[in-house]
Amino acid sequence: MKPLYWLIRAAALLCLALSLAAPARAEGLLMARSQQMFPEAMTTLQNAITARGYTITRLQEVNENLAKMHFKSDMYRVVFFGRYDQIDALTRRYPELIPYLPLSITIFAEGNQSIVVAMPPRALEEMFPDPALRPVFEGWQRDYQAIFDRVRETTGF
Amino acid sequence: MRSVVAFALLLLVAVQQAVWADLPDGARLFAQNCAVCHGETGSGGIGVPLSLPSFQATVSNQYLAATIRHGRPGRVMPAFTQLSDAEVAAIVDYIRSWYKGAPPVFSGAPVKGDPVHGKELFAAHCAMCHGADGQGGTGTGVTFSRPRGLPIMPPALNNAGFLAAAPDAMIRSVLIHGRAGTPMISFLKAGLSETDIDDLVSYVRSFQGEEKAPAAGSVAGLKPVLVVQSPYDLKTTLANLTQAINSDNFFVGRDQPVEYGLTTTAKANPHQIIVYFCDVPFLNKALAIDPRVGLFLPCRITVVEHQGKVMLMSVNPEVVSRLFNNSELNALCKEMHDRYLAIMQEATL
Ligand code: HEC
Ligand code: HEC
Repeated sequence: MKPLYWLIRAAALLCLALSLAAPARAEGLLMARSQQMFPEAMTTLQNAITARGYTITRLQEVNENLAKMHFKSDMYRVVFFGRYDQIDALTRRYPELIPYLPLSITIFAEGNQSIVVAMPPRALEEMFPDPALRPVFEGWQRDYQAIFDRVRETTGF
Repeated sequence: MRSVVAFALLLLVAVQQAVWADLPDGARLFAQNCAVCHGETGSGGIGVPLSLPSFQATVSNQYLAATIRHGRPGRVMPAFTQLSDAEVAAIVDYIRSWYKGAPPVFSGAPVKGDPVHGKELFAAHCAMCHGADGQGGTGTGVTFSRPRGLPIMPPALNNAGFLAAAPDAMIRSVLIHGRAGTPMISFLKAGLSETDIDDLVSYVRSFQGEEKAPAAGSVAGLKPVLVVQSPYDLKTTLANLTQAINSDNFFVGRDQPVEYGLTTTAKANPHQIIVYFCDVPFLNKALAIDPRVGLFLPCRITVVEHQGKVMLMSVNPEVVSRLFNNSELNALCKEMHDRYLAIMQEATL
């Protein structure tokens, strides 16, 4: 009985250790390069966002606004998104989070490829160290990671 | 009992697989961590092209590993402190897979030269690209999505990350051989003597310890939002805000509840209104320094009524700026910080 108990315990501990060894990422911004051209990458990004249960609220057309004043830029968008229940509850209790909401991810063309950038939710965790908010930021961080992985890994049309 | 044993075994198998899957894979790690800037085949984009034979011929594996660890503080390239030694080694091996030759190894011994003469030579031959103080070309963060001067930005030489990673002998080798296929030429071929080159190396080394500490990295402990209380009700504050934004040369885009698009207009919380605005020439200037500033876009201040108090709120651009690791951007974010505050103060006078 005893050895078995230790075996399970050791295996469980090992599992825990592995799950704690978070994927290696540098501090700073979340970034990914997509092999897709801008229109396809934009579709991939939007699908990845909605697949995680978010609603896209708005697409900010940055290059169009620049072009109005004759500044040159390749395709450039900011995608805003959120979950209503979550944002409603959070902003009532933590109004200081409002300037960072709704969530957003930036995407722009880079030749035949595209680049996606966002502020990592983990940075919010450092900015707002309230333990009650931790699970929220970590949930967002996991979602962002999944969204960025999908953008990075999706190829073709 | 038997099911417990089976469970334990299953668990072990799962753990075993996780361990195998965790073996560092250089190609995957490069795709995840480096490709966004250096291109997935190392052909360049934001950072210098890592696959060029002339680059590979003038750097050691130790330099590559140290550069990954230290990054380039204030020059966009982040420090990858979370990677394990095995992961860093796997990335270095992967970068080397693009190169046929043997990786050079450099002595750590200092090169002896005259830094005073080196300084004169630097002003005459290097400053036009690397900057008067070796601060590097402007627009490091710029991708090919925007017009830019040189296809490859001259790197900062007065940078703590560079100086910590590059031994004198390596800098010497770069000056002697140049980097064919980039604007960096061989200065031996261009007519400088080996003594001149040693003088230049000792001048570049003299930057060490003089580097300005850039405001980059952690955002912990800093005020993430700017808040100004308003003595007026929400409606009046909103009107004042729009006026203040206009008089600061921004054009006001639109205002909408924070929950816009998430629910019906009727249900959206009316006590949290975002005002969007933009200064297009300023935005264009910011994008020419770092195209990732979309994170700040569009400019916005939110009017919030909470527990009977009306407040104006914005992100603190000086804090968000730290995530970019781009010294050039910090000055602009300071300006943005001051403009946000000025507008909020004017609206609540
Ligand atoms: C015409 C512009 C130009 C001039 C002039 C120039 N450089 Fe460079 N230099 C560059 C570029 C661009 C690179 C990056 C090359 C690459 O992609 O590897 C570079 C790379 C270097 C490097 C390697 C730095 C690193 O991060 O790997 C050193 C050292 C260097 N230059 C020193 C000098 C010195 C000293 C002089 C003057 C004698 C000089 N350079 C003149 C453009 C220039
Ligand atoms: C956010 C963009 C970015 C990311 C991500 C990034 N780099 Fe860089 N890297 C740069 C920039 C920009 C420079 C040049 C700095 C300068 O101009 O002063 C650079 C410089 C370098 C250099 C020195 C080149 C030379 O001429 O000596 C090496 C080596 C390097 N990066 C490797 C890597 C590796 C490996 C990774 C992934 C682990 C990585 N970089 C991730 C932007 C990036």
